[in-house]
Amino acid sequence: MISFEMPKPIVNLTSMTKMVAENMMRPVSRYFDDHEHEIPWDYINFMHDASKQMGGGFITDEPKEKKEEAPEKKKYPPIGFQRLAYMAEMLSWGDTGLYLCSPVGLLGAAAVSATGTTDQKKRFLSRFQGEKPVFDAMAMTEPHAGSEMPSATRTTAVLDGEEWVLNGEKIFVTAGHKSLVDSEGFIVVWATIDPKAGRAGVRPFVVEAGTPGCTVTKLEHKLGIRASDTASIVLQDCRIPFENILGSPEIEQKTEKGFKGAMATFDASRPLVAASALGIARAALEFVKEKIEESGITLRSGLPRSRMTNIEREITDMEVMLRSAWLLVLKACWMMDNRKPNNLEASLAKVKAGDVVVKITQRAVELLGPMGYSKEHLLEKWFRDAKINDLYEGTGQINRLIVARRILDYSRHELS
Amino acid sequence: MYSFEPSEEQAMLIDAAKRFATNDLRPKALDADEEKELPFNLIEKGWELGILQASIPEEYGGFGDYSAVTGVLAAEELAYGDLAGALAIMTPGSYVLPILLGGTEEQKKALLSPVIEAEWKPYVAAFIESKFDFYPGEMETNAKLSGDSYILNGEKSLVPFADKAEAFLVFANLDGKTSAFIVPPDTEGIEVGDREGWLGIQALPTYRLKLSDVKIPADARVGADNGFNPELIIASSNVAVAALGVGVARAAYEYALDYAKEREAFGGPIAQKQSIAFMLAEMAMEIEANRLLVWEAAWKLDEGKEDAPHAAFIALSGVSDMTMMVTDRAVQILGGYGYIREYPVELWMRNGRGIPTFPGLAFV
Repeated sequence: MISFEMPKPIVNLTSMTKMVAENMMRPVSRYFDDHEHEIPWDYINFMHDASKQMGGGFITDEPKEKKEEAPEKKKYPPIGFQRLAYMAEMLSWGDTGLYLCSPVGLLGAAAVSATGTTDQKKRFLSRFQGEKPVFDAMAMTEPHAGSEMPSATRTTAVLDGEEWVLNGEKIFVTAGHKSLVDSEGFIVVWATIDPKAGRAGVRPFVVEAGTPGCTVTKLEHKLGIRASDTASIVLQDCRIPFENILGSPEIEQKTEKGFKGAMATFDASRPLVAASALGIARAALEFVKEKIEESGITLRSGLPRSRMTNIEREITDMEVMLRSAWLLVLKACWMMDNRKPNNLEASLAKVKAGDVVVKITQRAVELLGPMGYSKEHLLEKWFRDAKINDLYEGTGQINRLIVARRILDYSRHELS
Repeated sequence: MYSFEPSEEQAMLIDAAKRFATNDLRPKALDADEEKELPFNLIEKGWELGILQASIPEEYGGFGDYSAVTGVLAAEELAYGDLAGALAIMTPGSYVLPILLGGTEEQKKALLSPVIEAEWKPYVAAFIESKFDFYPGEMETNAKLSGDSYILNGEKSLVPFADKAEAFLVFANLDGKTSAFIVPPDTEGIEVGDREGWLGIQALPTYRLKLSDVKIPADARVGADNGFNPELIIASSNVAVAALGVGVARAAYEYALDYAKEREAFGGPIAQKQSIAFMLAEMAMEIEANRLLVWEAAWKLDEGKEDAPHAAFIALSGVSDMTMMVTDRAVQILGGYGYIREYPVELWMRNGRGIPTFPGLAFV
């Protein structure tokens, strides 16, 4: 039965999250954009407390665990990922940089969740329920390769007795500093146990905060999402316990199982990144409409193209883009919640959202002339924040490639 | 609850419609466009799928419940086969559905079952007007109350099967509001013009319809004073046409994808070249995204949501652009062959361009 009825829990959650966005994020948006490497502890501590009260973080919430809940809860269809999407959207509507500082489990936790053993999940994910806020990060990109990862991984992991020894350099690690230095967090490092095996030799390893030989060497100065720290990390004879290789430690087999399992985390995270992008897009569109209406212009609906004013045309196009992109995200999350393979839909959602947020924010700044260009308003910041969404978690081009391979039924070798 | 899965019944209907579209409509589509004629048995067979009947309650002669969502699912499949054929099959719906959505109880009881319970007959709507900025909310064809009659004046275009219509549902401006009137085809003042020629949908016979002081009884006006909500009726058509657009686009996209996997250049299938692969990926994305807009608008119509008309407008807006982009790219992917009428993509491009113009031809 096709339906677009927003579930009550999501209605409530969205309205609560909006209050957080309006009260904890928007008022300090400009400050943290201007003070690039200052940490927004007020927001972080607030989210940490709120998250604990809600019984757990974002990615740690697995549909599987819900089966152990009370029988009456089982009757309610699963909506976990749909909820996450709404939260990501609303918090990003507030401030995406701050959203990325949420101590609730991001990509690193997602990898643990998707590929870790029960013991590993307990060891690492339970940190989020501790007294203090904790951060996680995914360290995949290296100076010479982003889109080409993980095939082009040069970071190595060598087994020495009961320890792995990691050597290499990772860049563009979102929340890398907060994970390793500012909290008792962890990062998930993609390293190869067999450089000659290409993709098949790559595995995820957990490096915990405070591990010697793992150093944050740089914090990037970025176009946008400045509140989020983007770190370069050098691993120099960094020793971690044998048990820190994610998944079952049958590392003798040069199989792609571990790799594929972790790639599947992107099917989960891609729609959430798309959701975040659309939060920015919605903020920009709402701002434009607000300013237009304040100046006395009415925006009419239903007219043929030839009768619309230019502004009406622009706004209509933006609404179409935003709504259609959001429905793609919703569908991808709905599929996830209902255990339907959503590799295609996840990538479609990501391509579309990255495209849409860039188009909407760029057009919004243009339409509002000096007002759009001014630091007196947050729109110019949203323009800067927007762009990352077509770049991280798979560029728009890589995601188009994934979509194309899927619809054409082509392997990596048939379409590159 | 959000859900993106048709019900079992809907799935069965989609399946039947798709088979009909693929096995019956599609093979005849190109010849029908060339010859500017649809085989009548095709229209009859499509009618027998019972799509319209499934949306009409039993008390009015149907066997289902009104559902715009079911309507859009079926419309997409028919258009996937052939747009002219789909429009022909859906023509009686353009008479029935506005009456169902806006008529009085007496009108619904009297007027619907003769259409629904019989074989396909051209009960048609006269809606569209031939001006560049035609807007259904401000029609030039007008109705004036005169005693206990209405007098209609104006000129309509894109009226299907007007030359043999059983009845017309004429949309006209009454005191600044779009209304609809039942007009028997032999009423004095009605003049059916010559058959029209169009960029696309050439197999669908449409005519100009001139109305000169056409006098009809007051009860021929659909709905009592507040029963007929033109915004809702227009929304129903916007959503229907948008669904048809998705079907046309999907046909073009699938055809182009299959072609690209076969056609070789520079050492392999052209689908293995990024420029082509990325075109196809974006076509898939836009079809998926805009289809969801159509579904949401249809759902809002079914739920009686206040913003259903706006959602319908957004859906049509998105689909209009999407269908043009997708059908144009399909021609492009076929290269020189895309330009040749032996291949269906140029027809789909010609049909696709009409989507923003077609509201009034079909309803859900």
